[in-house]
Amino acid sequence: MKILAEITDVRINGRGGQGAVTASRLLAEAAILEGQYVHAFPNFGPERAGAPVTSYARISPEPFYEKTEVYEPHIVVVIDPTLLDYVPVSEGLRDGGTIVVNYDGEKDSLVQYFEGVHANIYKVAGSIIATEEIGRNVPNLVMLGALIKVTKLVKVESLTKVTLNRFKGVLGEKNVVAINRAFKEVE
Amino acid sequence: MSGVRQVVGMTGDEAVAHAVKLVNPDVVAAYPITPQTIIVERYSDFVNNGEVDTSFISVESEHSAMSACVGASLTGARVFTATASAGLALMYEILYVASGMRCPIVLAVANRAFSAPINIHGECTDQLVCRDASWVSLFGESAQEAYDETILSFKIAEHPDVMLPAMFGIEGFIVTHALERVETLSKQQVEDFIPASRIVRDRFCPDENKTFGSLVLQDYYMEIKRQQEEAMQNAYKVTKDAMQEFSEMSGRKMEILEKYKLEDAEYAFVSYGATAGNAKAVVDRLRAKGEKVGALKIRLFRPFPSLDILQVLSGIKAATILDRSATFGSPGTIVQTDIASALYGQENVPSLHGYINGLGGRVLTLPEIEEVYEKSKDYNAIGMTSTTDWVGYRK
Repeated sequence: MKILAEITDVRINGRGGQGAVTASRLLAEAAILEGQYVHAFPNFGPERAGAPVTSYARISPEPFYEKTEVYEPHIVVVIDPTLLDYVPVSEGLRDGGTIVVNYDGEKDSLVQYFEGVHANIYKVAGSIIATEEIGRNVPNLVMLGALIKVTKLVKVESLTKVTLNRFKGVLGEKNVVAINRAFKEVE
Repeated sequence: MSGVRQVVGMTGDEAVAHAVKLVNPDVVAAYPITPQTIIVERYSDFVNNGEVDTSFISVESEHSAMSACVGASLTGARVFTATASAGLALMYEILYVASGMRCPIVLAVANRAFSAPINIHGECTDQLVCRDASWVSLFGESAQEAYDETILSFKIAEHPDVMLPAMFGIEGFIVTHALERVETLSKQQVEDFIPASRIVRDRFCPDENKTFGSLVLQDYYMEIKRQQEEAMQNAYKVTKDAMQEFSEMSGRKMEILEKYKLEDAEYAFVSYGATAGNAKAVVDRLRAKGEKVGALKIRLFRPFPSLDILQVLSGIKAATILDRSATFGSPGTIVQTDIASALYGQENVPSLHGYINGLGGRVLTLPEIEEVYEKSKDYNAIGMTSTTDWVGYRK
């Protein structure tokens, strides 16, 4: 069995209604598809649309037993850039961990938010991609496209498959296009 | 062994709903309550889509849900329901009716803290306090165990030597709402494991005049209660056998007690439900540091497997009992007092250190569990044979 250090813990920071829960679920489903082991769950509280929310995915190629919440993620995904001013999104992040932010400005201006944080910081213009490709500013799965490019947690084919399974028809296809675009454009 | 083994991502609640779908009970009567809601939501979808033959009875409360289950069960129907916390408390009166009238109803409990203050998160007190209601009672650690125990519970409850209702619990959110991989069973496997319909000796039937639930006073009440105790004692062997058969059918080892790295252990954790996962993770950490420690997970809580627990814990120096339930003014945690009774007067048994933890969804982290382990060792070293503490709260 894996000890905690060998497991990858992902935290997704978003706002209620942006699909943070769906994102952690589909990331975990993609991992299961590849034969990995997962424990993915939302942090349920008095949330409502627009309020900051978190969801988690714990992923390992080997079975593991932990059933705790995620306090020290290896990876943080920020779905909503407006959280940067209000929520300490790098809280608990492991030293040398990874942050992927939905951000349409210059990377230098993003890095300013994480002064003193020892992490690999990536950005992708998730809202722009979602609006252009899906027709709505729902960048949750878009951000997974960026995430899996920089972390290789799961293959893009696996994410595509679970996305098409969850969202039938045109919506699924548009999300897949958006995921692939984020995969290419993340920097 | 038959059928292709399929792996699917499911939450604990979804796993229960899908397992019930394979069983396809005659009647489901339920009232929604967080964190059980998804079980009945999914199942009502199955009913609506014609994927099952079940009559789904929407009721106005959990008291009515369990009452409807009793009525349905007395006609010989196979019956399922699910609840949590306040819902289970509201059922409490009828839990005794269900067992007293020997209705083999299966109940899934999404273990949740009691109010007040109001809280929707994981804690097992709701199910543990039903310990005297003459229900078989099981706990599961994961979505997989939720899936498996759903099917198993029908087998145990309906066994002619048992004929008692059975409940199984999974903790709110950390299991009910968490996605995990679940190895599913085929419809054929479940049909081979559970008879197509209940074996019924006596039931309500339009063609016959019968009375059920009549008044019984000093003359026969105690004999009827004694029969329940005998049925509960029978449930021990029936559960063992059913788990053995389930293991062979599914390829997944299932036992009333799961023993993790206990062979050469000097110290042990004892827990149940999701906490058992954390205990095993801590065992791995402590083993890496050279500690001789293992973990015992209780899956069958009623009938309490006293002799098995005595056997497993014999030779252990100190047992750290992680109990995710609240009890007040008690001589120990709920599970600790049962274990103490099982071990009383025996030689070569461990000191028992009970820890009330994780109430209302609070998480006892792995480092905190390590601290608790050290505490137990310290208690043991100074000769304390029984201690009870609350841990993981602001002082």
